[in-house]
Amino acid sequence: MSAYPDDRRYTRSHEWIRVDGDVGTIGISDHAQKELGEVVFVDMPDVGEIFDAGQEFGTIESVKAVSELFLPVAGEILELNKVLADEPGAVNEDPHGDGWLVKIKLSSDAEMDSLLNAADYEKFVEEEAKA
Amino acid sequence: MRYIPSSPAEREALLAAVGAVSIDDLFATVPRAVYRTERPTLPPPASEIEVRRDLGRVAAKNAHLGEWTSFLGAGLYSHHAPAFVSQLLLRGEFLTSYTPYQAEVAQGTLTAIWEFQTHMALLTGMDVANASMYEGASAFVEAVLMAERLTKKRTKVVVSTGVHPEYRQCLRTYLVNFPFTIVEVPLGKDGTTDAGALAAAADDATFAVCVQSPNVFGIVETWKAAADAAHARGALAIGVVNEMFSLAVLEAPGSAEIDIACGEAASFGLAPSFGGPLVGFLACRDAYKRQIPGRLVGRATDADGRSGFCLTLSTREQHIRRERATSNICTNQGLFALAATMTLSVLGKQGLRETAVQCLSKAEYLKAAVKAIPGPFSVAFAGKTFNEFALHCGVPVNEVLRRAEAKKILAGVPYARLEPSASAYRDLLLVAVTERTPRSGLDALLDTLRSF
Amino acid sequence: MSDHGTLTSPEPLVRADARLDRRRRFGSLFDAPRAGRVGVLLPPLDVPEADPAALYGKAHRPGVEGEVEASEVDVVRHFTRLSQMNFAIDTALYSLGSCTMKHNPRINEEIARLPGFNDTHPYTPEHLSQGNLELLFRLEEALKVLTGFQRVTLQPSAGANGELTGALMIRAAHVKAGNARKHVLVPDSAHGTNPATAHFAGYSVIELASSPRGTVELSELEAKLTDDVAALMITVPNTLGVFEERILEIAKLVHAKGAYLYLDGANFNAFVGKVRPADMGVDVMHMNLHKTFSTPHGGGGPGAGPVGVCPSLVPFLPVPTVEWSDGAFRLEYDRPDSIGKMRAFHGNFGVLVRALTYILSYGSSIHEVAENAVLNANYIRKRLEPFYHLKYEAPSYHEVVFSDRLQAAAGVHNIDIAKRLMDFGFHPPTMSFPLIVPGALMIEPTESEGKDELDAFVDAMIAIAKECETSPGIVTSAPHTTPVGRLDDAATAREASRPGNFAPVLRAPVR
Repeated sequence: MSAYPDDRRYTRSHEWIRVDGDVGTIGISDHAQKELGEVVFVDMPDVGEIFDAGQEFGTIESVKAVSELFLPVAGEILELNKVLADEPGAVNEDPHGDGWLVKIKLSSDAEMDSLLNAADYEKFVEEEAKA
Repeated sequence: MRYIPSSPAEREALLAAVGAVSIDDLFATVPRAVYRTERPTLPPPASEIEVRRDLGRVAAKNAHLGEWTSFLGAGLYSHHAPAFVSQLLLRGEFLTSYTPYQAEVAQGTLTAIWEFQTHMALLTGMDVANASMYEGASAFVEAVLMAERLTKKRTKVVVSTGVHPEYRQCLRTYLVNFPFTIVEVPLGKDGTTDAGALAAAADDATFAVCVQSPNVFGIVETWKAAADAAHARGALAIGVVNEMFSLAVLEAPGSAEIDIACGEAASFGLAPSFGGPLVGFLACRDAYKRQIPGRLVGRATDADGRSGFCLTLSTREQHIRRERATSNICTNQGLFALAATMTLSVLGKQGLRETAVQCLSKAEYLKAAVKAIPGPFSVAFAGKTFNEFALHCGVPVNEVLRRAEAKKILAGVPYARLEPSASAYRDLLLVAVTERTPRSGLDALLDTLRSF
Repeated sequence: MSDHGTLTSPEPLVRADARLDRRRRFGSLFDAPRAGRVGVLLPPLDVPEADPAALYGKAHRPGVEGEVEASEVDVVRHFTRLSQMNFAIDTALYSLGSCTMKHNPRINEEIARLPGFNDTHPYTPEHLSQGNLELLFRLEEALKVLTGFQRVTLQPSAGANGELTGALMIRAAHVKAGNARKHVLVPDSAHGTNPATAHFAGYSVIELASSPRGTVELSELEAKLTDDVAALMITVPNTLGVFEERILEIAKLVHAKGAYLYLDGANFNAFVGKVRPADMGVDVMHMNLHKTFSTPHGGGGPGAGPVGVCPSLVPFLPVPTVEWSDGAFRLEYDRPDSIGKMRAFHGNFGVLVRALTYILSYGSSIHEVAENAVLNANYIRKRLEPFYHLKYEAPSYHEVVFSDRLQAAAGVHNIDIAKRLMDFGFHPPTMSFPLIVPGALMIEPTESEGKDELDAFVDAMIAIAKECETSPGIVTSAPHTTPVGRLDDAATAREASRPGNFAPVLRAPVR
């Protein structure tokens, strides 16, 4: 069984997106949170901001590292995970669940096909580790 | 050489151990065309006796404040430094340690920085302060850049001409490659920044409105005027202070809706040292803490629950965020932030207030006496002051300095030295006092003025 | 500290009670209320007392709430106890790479404290400051001798400030020539300040991948060196401690494109007196006086970052410069192409006094600094090579960069080795960079160590390498002997990040 839920798609920059109708929920993968270490802060966009696919929408920080967050598909920010302001550690504890980052309204031309499924993402992570 | 422990024999042993025949082998990858085998063309090594004689003679050529009565200020004020401060600063554990990256072996430095942050926050009435900046002018520049980051896509900064001219010059130097405009707002007749002009200069493109109090002419400004001008347009208000004792008797910028306070804290126990090293500070409201430049120390606990301190929010800094850092600052003013912390600790609440009242009283005495002298001198502005004021000279300013020098008095700083282009102010002499200035010194200056 | 070389057994270092639990004595002055205590006495006020409340009205503040109340005894004890929790060069080898933690001679302190230097105001008229101007002039002359540059500005407050000064001069020169250009090239081994500086000078950064030797790859440089490049910023020796063997070719390539060669002089200690940077084709370089010229690091400053420049950049130097004419020194402000001022007043003058004192003390023997610094680093490399992984094998100069690769197999990382080193009485190496060496242990012994101290340090490192195999738990739970154990910096960063939360995490609350 894969370590990554197969109800969603993944990016090569280690974000995931789960789509429900025209709403996408976005987070970072378990692999990404492990690499980053204890998350101490998530810098979020404003609700209503619009981003292209692959555009930076925020940053996530551990004590000694900062990673940019890239939107897997184009969309408008609908909702932020407010829990993270007080408990950024939720990203470490439950990256694929309660540690989600933002919800977006998918743009009409949102392109999911270039994203990885769970099995391909797992392979990608393994290959990256070897490189 | 006395600072290199290895004896010639040890050096040979080390060379043998690394498999080198001579020192030159270790430099084999230096291109031969530039590798120097002759000694540098400097004088032979000097003993302590010789260095002391040589540089002692050089130092003796200067007029120093222990022997001269000084009214020099203009951004750097000579206050008393408690005797223990310079002695404790010489403790090797403070003097010869570095940035406390490794918290477990740097709790001394970290605790002191956290206390410095506390002192600066209390004095300015702000929530948070950083671990120090180089000095007042660069702290001011950093505050302006910080305001720009916090307001997004704005391009204009409004600065009162009451802000120290060297601070404004630095702002121009640092901002030259950014697409920002600097608008300078003139002072009114009473020496305060014209509130109407300030409000008129700020517009929807403005990211910061900056005033200094007491300003460069020693005049107490109204913080609220700057805050209102800024906030009406969605900009941030920056308050500059370079005579920190004023904050023991005057409203704190943080109590008057200023968003970022910055400036110079050298008044707390630092020798003037010809202008450096000093210690800048930057403090702000909690909401802006993630955009503070430079280092910050936070309280922490270890696995056994012991309390300690460590560097924190480091992801703002250059060693992690590189070209996206809040500033390129790395080394700051550690030892002199410590000196200021020690001085503030021993002054305490009462000493701060008493010192401030003495400074104020001496300046008021001098101002009143100047007003009573018939002749070519007058107090230039009607605005309220703290420990410095601008003296208008109806005779050449340099003639005043010269006549005072004959009595070993440094009468003040000609404003023209700070800003030669400001022709309206070329007859002004900035006169500052501190608790170090005895009445006999004040009276001697007054005698000089009466001689005209 | 004298017997740390013999501490091969970990036993004495892991006693549960070894950690001095002196929390009560080591807290903050803000923790213990001492209401009513007074620490200073002022002379009696000799003029009529002014009433600030009456004078200032609404703007009056009755005092600073929350400030400390303590006696001189309280304050002296507090800071003396704080000092006892610091590690310092004065106690033992301080291996923090790239920071050049060398001995700080005390004659420098004494000279800097002469009232004729220390108690002088920057706005004292020039004819009454001739000694200070002479000192600045002489230091510039000495640095010119050592670097080969045309002029040196002493104004920048620290290394990073010097970098910015240099970058602004480069930009001003390009602007004057009609094209500011867009990019600055920076090798991937660079200090973090380099890309940050380039950004603040208005340039975007293009990174150069290092060669397998850890140096600049000429083909990579040629490919990225376009007409839009304003400068190449390099460090020599670089952060791996490796000298750019092909520096002369690099300079030629850069100059052929009309760009400037900027040298980060943070590692000048490796070649001071042996090579003059101007001879290598370097156009501009900053020096960290608190590194090469031994001015004290002071727990994080002050530093000073003089910048030397080639003739074509002289017009752009910050104002004022110090000039000698008609038998007197003077400050020159009339320089129309100057970038302006980098700070108020004339630089970190007190630091400059210390640096000149140091240079005079060494005089024409100053090349021995570089020779011994390089020798010491090579000795450490030789002895530790069997125990720690060396990613780049090019010859080392003033520092050697190992990695934790061999120990990581046992689950021990560079941070653990660093913390364990504290138990043996040494300051850990640098770990945060170079970024191209994962798990870096960057060791710079400087010339200030003799063979005995080098051996003690090496023995400790070897003992730790052995512990990693036999009892890694001791290493991963270190340090065991410091006033506090490893602090939960993640919890602190979370607290400090939380909106509205600033006391007591970032400062004391107002009682």
